[in-house]
Amino acid sequence: MRKPAGRAKRRASARLKSVAGFLVVVATTYLGLLAVTFFIGRVVPIDPVLAIVGDRAPAHVIERVRQEMGLDLPYYQQFWLYMTGVLRGDFGTSVLTTNPVMADIRRVFPATMELATVGTLIGAFFGIPLGVLAAVKRGSLIDQVVRIVGLIGYSVPIFWLGLLALLVFYARLGWTSGPGRMDVVFEYTFTPVTGFFLLDAIITGDWAALRDIVSHIILPASLLGYFSMAYISRMTRSFMLNELGQEYIVAARAKGLSETRIIWGHALRNAAVPLVTVIALSYAGLLEGSVLTETVFAWPGLGLYITNSLQNADMNAVLGGTIVIGSVFIAINLLSDVLYRMLDPRTRTR
Amino acid sequence: MSETAMTRREWLLTDRPQSRLQARLGRAYVAWRRFTANRLAVVGLLIILGMVFLAIFAPLLAPHSPYVGDLAKSRLMTPGPAHWLGTDDQGRDILSRLIYGSRLTLQVVLLVAVIAAPIGLLVGTVAGYAGGWVDAVLMRITDIFLAFPKLVLALAFVAALGPGIGNAIIAIAITSWPPYARIARAETLTVRNSDYILAVQLMGASPWRIVLRHIMPLCISSLIVRVTLDMAGIILTAAGLGFLGLGAQPPLPEWGAMIASGRRFILDQWWVAAAPGFAILVVSLGFNLLGDGLRDALDPRGSGQ
Repeated sequence: MRKPAGRAKRRASARLKSVAGFLVVVATTYLGLLAVTFFIGRVVPIDPVLAIVGDRAPAHVIERVRQEMGLDLPYYQQFWLYMTGVLRGDFGTSVLTTNPVMADIRRVFPATMELATVGTLIGAFFGIPLGVLAAVKRGSLIDQVVRIVGLIGYSVPIFWLGLLALLVFYARLGWTSGPGRMDVVFEYTFTPVTGFFLLDAIITGDWAALRDIVSHIILPASLLGYFSMAYISRMTRSFMLNELGQEYIVAARAKGLSETRIIWGHALRNAAVPLVTVIALSYAGLLEGSVLTETVFAWPGLGLYITNSLQNADMNAVLGGTIVIGSVFIAINLLSDVLYRMLDPRTRTR
Repeated sequence: MSETAMTRREWLLTDRPQSRLQARLGRAYVAWRRFTANRLAVVGLLIILGMVFLAIFAPLLAPHSPYVGDLAKSRLMTPGPAHWLGTDDQGRDILSRLIYGSRLTLQVVLLVAVIAAPIGLLVGTVAGYAGGWVDAVLMRITDIFLAFPKLVLALAFVAALGPGIGNAIIAIAITSWPPYARIARAETLTVRNSDYILAVQLMGASPWRIVLRHIMPLCISSLIVRVTLDMAGIILTAAGLGFLGLGAQPPLPEWGAMIASGRRFILDQWWVAAAPGFAILVVSLGFNLLGDGLRDALDPRGSGQ
């Protein structure tokens, strides 16, 4: 009687310990993220004071602004101020737009998320079946196609492919709309609710706008979807090969189950657990890939915001964007880890 | 004739090599045979060798100057016999610029590899061999860098350092060493408690000597594979930085920057932007094929799938 209770207690304390360790890891990673961005902000050759007052301001004005900005303090105090500011969601003011950086990011971020979400959906929709087929018919034509599609996905410059896609599908064929999120015509009549235009159009029942939005998003989202598909199909193939070699597959065959049921019902279901992690990671990758894609398609999201700010030496905005993308990265990694533990019962007992 | 070939082959494949050289040559021969059995990998190797050839002999091979064009007569010409790939908006021959651009690509790839791989190797082997708090601290730092999206971090670094190809190389190197550290640490952990390391320890070798002379050489082959596989990514990041105007500056014929300048004419003179992008695609593909082939040849464990 005593023994199981002791074991349960030990297990509970072990879990508490692992959760605590987990939190420490996340906290130090985040601290590192802030330290790196802080360092980048300080080695920047552009004096932030001069960026505000201009280079013709008298010396005493420069000195006063420097003090107001806390730039005369020792570095560790500056870092403390910076860190507490960031944790409160204060990234400073953008020199370019004169808004708080946080407000800017809140405005542009839904556009990036919408693009990355649609891209990941496209990637998973095509990538998983392709990967499964490639694994089942190993060495066949479809396996070769998946391999080549993957290789090209890893080798092609995304911004170049975007330019060519615009040239072919927008300029030559006229199948899709051009750069931007929607036509100017709709900008006055369309009312954003959530910032995700596809959802907004459905909520407000604005079908004309929805068509326009879809024809704008389809090209950049397919482009991102292609890269996500290259990754997802490759990983699906390798997970499936792993599952198909297991003994339970032999057992299922011996029971006389149909091949379809074995592949899609048994093998894929087990491969789905690591796949969730892969899809989450590919989503994070698309947030990064959106930096170049948004520049090509003039998509008003976080990526375009960062590159515009870069070109105007607007460091607060650049670092704010970097921290947000870095935070989302950490959060997605964390989430996929937690999901993995929840979905795979084998990791639970430890 | 065939008899000498056979004996040479037997000499290489013998189970009892007489000298260290023979053993090494034998292993290299086996790896080479495994590598050349993979057609695509050989194609990749040929692509890379071709690019190195172009880069070395660029002045001899390029039909025109990469920097000076005829503004009056040859702006934005279509591909033809005079200019095989046409000319750009400043009348410069695109083919010549591509050939010279291979030098920049090669420079970026080599410098990033030379900077990032040793850093990763050192951090990983020291962390793996030392263990304890040294390991914990070094690996935390590595994880912090791994947690960053690579391109965005490189962007932020270049923003701070200022645009230019040198700063782009530094930024990419800073963001690409962590995976190498992880690999080197994993390799170190597998050999750390093996008998030969214990033997060297008993002979009184210092920790540094053990790490440098007895552990690092074992990590090299898996590191080379990983670096080769990463080179495509390095090229793409460098091109992305060039495209955003943060990498190589005009008039340097960097491929990403060439795409950016051709972007304005994409609707009518599409070849100006298409040609450099295709060059990037071919070279990245070459590195990916080569890396896949090397992984299968040097690391039979990872080639199971």
